[in-house]
Amino acid sequence: MVIAEKIISGDIRAVARLIRDIDDTVPEAREVLKDLYPYTGKAYVVGITGAPGVGKSTLVDQMIAHLRKAKKTVGVLAVDPTSPFSGGAILGDRVRMQRHSMDEGVFIRSMATRGYFGGLTQSTRSAIDVLDAMGKDYIIVETVGVGQDEIDIVRSAHTTIITLVPGMGDDIQALKAGILEVGDIFVINKADREGADRTINDIRLMIEMDEKRYKDGWKPPILTAQAVFDKGVKEILGEIENHRKHLLSSKQMQSIFKYEKARNDLVEMIKDRIVSDVLADIIHSREFEEALQLIMERKIDPYTACDNIVLKKIKKGNK
Amino acid sequence: MNQKRKIRILVAKPGLDGHDRGSRIIARAYRDAGFEVVYTGLHQTPEEVVQAAIQEDVDMIGLSSLAGAHMYLFPRVLELLKENGADDIVVCGGGIFPEEDIPKLKKIGIKEIFTPGTPLGEVVNWVEENVKPRS
Repeated sequence: MVIAEKIISGDIRAVARLIRDIDDTVPEAREVLKDLYPYTGKAYVVGITGAPGVGKSTLVDQMIAHLRKAKKTVGVLAVDPTSPFSGGAILGDRVRMQRHSMDEGVFIRSMATRGYFGGLTQSTRSAIDVLDAMGKDYIIVETVGVGQDEIDIVRSAHTTIITLVPGMGDDIQALKAGILEVGDIFVINKADREGADRTINDIRLMIEMDEKRYKDGWKPPILTAQAVFDKGVKEILGEIENHRKHLLSSKQMQSIFKYEKARNDLVEMIKDRIVSDVLADIIHSREFEEALQLIMERKIDPYTACDNIVLKKIKKGNK
Repeated sequence: MNQKRKIRILVAKPGLDGHDRGSRIIARAYRDAGFEVVYTGLHQTPEEVVQAAIQEDVDMIGLSSLAGAHMYLFPRVLELLKENGADDIVVCGGGIFPEEDIPKLKKIGIKEIFTPGTPLGEVVNWVEENVKPRS
């Protein structure tokens, strides 16, 4: 409990080290997370995603400034990609937010994806819990917006902001499924650039066509911003507040959110555990090597090999 | 669960020094060696460097200096690390230094100084040999 107590009292060193241990999958960190869990659930989590270079970090930087003016404490988790070749990473989101590093009400942590594709790793999820337990009012999670499938963030955040810039593909892009369907707020950043009106129209059309998805009463607003000049940031925070009120507006809304989050957290955790324990076990087994050999000699197809291995593993587990 | 420690390094440019090409190349070399590199950008005060290092829980700080203020900035970083109980973080420097300053910097606790012309492989090897991820 010693570490957990330090975290709850806001000890920055302890928080930083625990997040490191979580990232490095140190078994003891899991025990601390268990102790911390009762102290979580108080922070408001905002997710920001979008393609590289659209200005997510700059927007986060300005949001921190506004939230601090309103006397709110802020935790930031900035996720950048791990190189698939070297396993290393350059975590550069902090460059845009460094002016807040001396502010005791702000804690900023850069994290690498370490080979996950969803953009939000299990360790980011746990890190949200840590910042929550340390008492941050708002937690902003910035994730690599690499693709249209990046919807992980939604299930961990109360409010998800999708950041776009003018001129990123034609209106067909806006019809595609994926990332654009999950935004609670859309921000067109660098709105002074040519084509901003068109981008707004594309997004608006997409939202209007999807009317029944927004039957719970929240229709995503589309805002324009120039984050570098702090233009439009106040309005974004205003919409976050509106969305928060919307989520809290009824018991039903609250329980839907809680159920979805609990379900997703648990599914992801189990998935993670299966990958790290069961998969690792299989890959290091003789059977696996033998199956590989047979596939290479084309004596068996990979579908059958997979069935054999997995079914055997499951049966063993049931005994 | 399989525990996997990864070396984390902060690459920082303290002071009013606008030349960051070198530090970017070093950051890139560290990335290619499999380290996680937190990059803070230009014009950092020693206080900002140390706070970032603590929040990011790095094993090492690489300070870049090409503007001649290292005899003030480097000792200040070490001093602040000590004040914050974080003097287990290894600090080394890279850039342009008068020869007579190098032993002085090493004496106060800068672990190594890299000057222009050092091959990237050497810089990476030094980290692998001298920086251990926290156990």
